[in-house]
Amino acid sequence: MEDNISVVCVLTDNIIIKPLNAQIIISDKSLDIQSCVDWVMSPQSGGIDVFIGTVRDSTKGKTVLRLEFEAYEPMALKEMNKIAELAFAKWSVQKLLIHHRTGMLEVGEVPVVIAVSCAHRDAAFEACRYVIDTLKQTVPIWKKEIFEDGEVWVAAHP
Amino acid sequence: MLAFGIAKDIFGGSSIDVELSGGTAGNLKESLEERYPRLKHLASYMVAVNNEYAEDGLAINERDEIAIIPPVSGG
Repeated sequence: MEDNISVVCVLTDNIIIKPLNAQIIISDKSLDIQSCVDWVMSPQSGGIDVFIGTVRDSTKGKTVLRLEFEAYEPMALKEMNKIAELAFAKWSVQKLLIHHRTGMLEVGEVPVVIAVSCAHRDAAFEACRYVIDTLKQTVPIWKKEIFEDGEVWVAAHP
Repeated sequence: MLAFGIAKDIFGGSSIDVELSGGTAGNLKESLEERYPRLKHLASYMVAVNNEYAEDGLAINERDEIAIIPPVSGG
């Protein structure tokens, strides 16, 4: 295992997933995009879809200096496992990877990488989109936007 | 009880002790909202019991790991 991995998912009895085919990690170290792509590569795959989240320098016209990510790690891993399990059930996915950062990230850094390999591109695109969209709705991870004049937990208030 | 994101700011720490009169996740929310009215201004929030989202009716036991989950914003 690489040394930049702080938490590797633990598969519990009620989460059934093909362990060799999914890699789910929360880490406080920089994500290595190329190694994510390499991990999902397989001879059975005809395509790989990758979503790379990046820290944007503004929100609603306001300059963002950096983002801070916090995770409830055991539950976040469990929820990401559920997402992976559903993606495998719904599409013909060969391999699926979710890496998510915690800690302070500067503009241009990468908070999340999703990589999905499938025999055909339609499944790869759809599964990848499903994973990132669902992650944003259900996985207990929070981001705080830090501005020049203050900071805000994203989505906390209506 | 564990708190994350804005809940940590509202409670003034990442973990607080709570005395529960009733025994459900819903009871916990009521008692927290009384003590920390700012919770009511959140877009929403959930209680997690042993790393799973809990319905209001779910009974809470002494040894459960309880967490307050404000609106998530990962990715």
